[in-house]
Amino acid sequence: MIHHITIPPTLADIKRVRAGDEVYFSGRVLTARDRAHRWLLKTNFKPMHNAVLYHCGPMFKETKAGIEILAAGPTTSARFNQYTPILLKKYSIHAIVGKGGMDDGVRAALHGVGIYCAAIGGAAVYYAHCITRVVNVYKTEFGMTDAIWELEVKDFPVFCMMDSKGKSLFQEVEEQSQRNRKRVLRNSVSDVRYNDE
Amino acid sequence: MLTKTGNILTLTGKASGRAIADAIVQAYRVAVTELPEDVIRALKLGLRKETNARAKHVLSTMLKNIEMANHKTRPLCQDTGIPLLYVKYQSKKYTQLELKRIIKDATAQATKEVPLRANAYDLVRGKVIGNYPVIYFKETTDQSQIQILLKGGGSENVSRVYQLPDRSIAAERDFDGIEKCILDAVIKAQGRGCPPYIIGAAVCGNMEEASYRAKNRHLMTLAEHNPEPKLAAFERRLLKKINALDIGPMGVGGKTTALGMKFTARYVHPASWFVGVSIGCWSMRRVTLKLP
Repeated sequence: MIHHITIPPTLADIKRVRAGDEVYFSGRVLTARDRAHRWLLKTNFKPMHNAVLYHCGPMFKETKAGIEILAAGPTTSARFNQYTPILLKKYSIHAIVGKGGMDDGVRAALHGVGIYCAAIGGAAVYYAHCITRVVNVYKTEFGMTDAIWELEVKDFPVFCMMDSKGKSLFQEVEEQSQRNRKRVLRNSVSDVRYNDE
Repeated sequence: MLTKTGNILTLTGKASGRAIADAIVQAYRVAVTELPEDVIRALKLGLRKETNARAKHVLSTMLKNIEMANHKTRPLCQDTGIPLLYVKYQSKKYTQLELKRIIKDATAQATKEVPLRANAYDLVRGKVIGNYPVIYFKETTDQSQIQILLKGGGSENVSRVYQLPDRSIAAERDFDGIEKCILDAVIKAQGRGCPPYIIGAAVCGNMEEASYRAKNRHLMTLAEHNPEPKLAAFERRLLKKINALDIGPMGVGGKTTALGMKFTARYVHPASWFVGVSIGCWSMRRVTLKLP
C-alpha cells in the first residue's frame, strides 16, 4: 500500500499504515539527535508537539537566499531508544523517521499511537531533494548537526517498518538472521586451520 | 598539474605546499561526491541478483543517489565521517611535520568549500571545531601518496574488537572462531550501519593493531583479495555466509548484506588473540592522491 500523509498526521492516518507500506510525508518535520533528545525531555518545546520526528543531522550551505540543505539522510535511530518512549508520550508524536530500526521498548510505546518509518541511510542527496525549505533552526548552540531543524518536505518517501499494531519488520529480519547464522555455522568446516590443531 | 582517473588523482610538476593543499581539497571533493567505480559496480551487481522487492527498491535508490550526487556535485552522504588519511611519503622529498600541517590546513579548507560536515566536537570547550583528521604516516621508497577514507559514524559504531576465546558466541582460537566473530558483528549491526557493508577484519596479538589493520582493509578495491590463497578463500567463503544471513540492504531483508570481505592475519601472542572487525557502510568513499 502507498500512503500520502500530510503533517501533522491524524491518528486515523497512522492506524491505516501497516508495516511494509510506503509512506510519503508532506509538511514540516523536525530533526533531533543525541543532545536534542536529552534536552527535549527536560523542557517543553512547543514546535515538537504532534511533530513528525526525523533522526537526521543535515549538511547545509549558507547562501544569500538563506540556508540550502545539501544532504540530509537519516542517522541511526537505535541511539535514541532509551529516550523515545517518554518523548513520544510527552509530545504526542505519531511518526518517527530514521534508519536501522528501534528496540522493543519503542515498539511497545508506538502501540496504538504511532509508526516508525525507515529512510535509506546514505541516500542523502535524494532526501535533500524532497526538502523544499528550511523553516527554522533551533538550539544551534548544540552545533549545527545536533541542532533541531524544522524542515518543510514534499513527498518524503519512507517505508513503514514498525506499525501501530506492534508489527516490526526489522525484528523479523533480525530473528531470521539469527536462525540463518545457526544454519551457516552448521555447514562450517573450515579448510583453513590453526596449525597445531 | 592535477589529473584524474576515476578516484585516483595525480599531481605532477613542482610540489609546493600550496599545490599539495589544493590537490588534497580536490581529493576530498572527489571522495565526497563520487563513489569508487568498483563499489558502484558491486551495488549494480547486487541489484541484478537481488530477489527481495524491498531490497531492490533500497539498492536502486542508493544508485539513484550516487547519480544525483555526481550530477550536482553534492556530497553523497551528510556524514563525511572522521577524515582518515593514509600517507606514504619519500623522506628525501617530504617530512611528516610539513605534510601534517598541509593536511590540517587543507582539511579546514575542504570543510568550508566542499563542504564536509563539521564533525569534530571539542568535549572540553563544548563546541564544534570543524574536522580533525586522523593521519597515519608510513615512509616509502615508492611514489608518495595520500589516501583519504571517509566512512560514516553509523558504520563506525557497529565496528568491534573481539577477544578469543569468546564464550558468548562459542568462538575458540581457530578460523571457525574468527568466522563466528565476524558473523556476530554483522548480526549485531543489522541495518544500523548502512549495509550492504564492506567489511575488513584482522587478527593480531594486540588490540589497536587488530582494529587498525581491520580498518585499513578498506583501502583495497573490492576486486583485491589477500595474496595468501588460504586467506583469500576464507574471505570468499565468509562473504557468502554473510550474504546468506538475509539481513539485506539497510536491514530490510535480502541477499545483499555485504559487497566485500577483506581479511588479514598477523602474529598473535600466546595469551592474546584479538579479532578486529571494521564495518564500512555502502558509501565507502576512498580516493588516492599521488604526489610528485
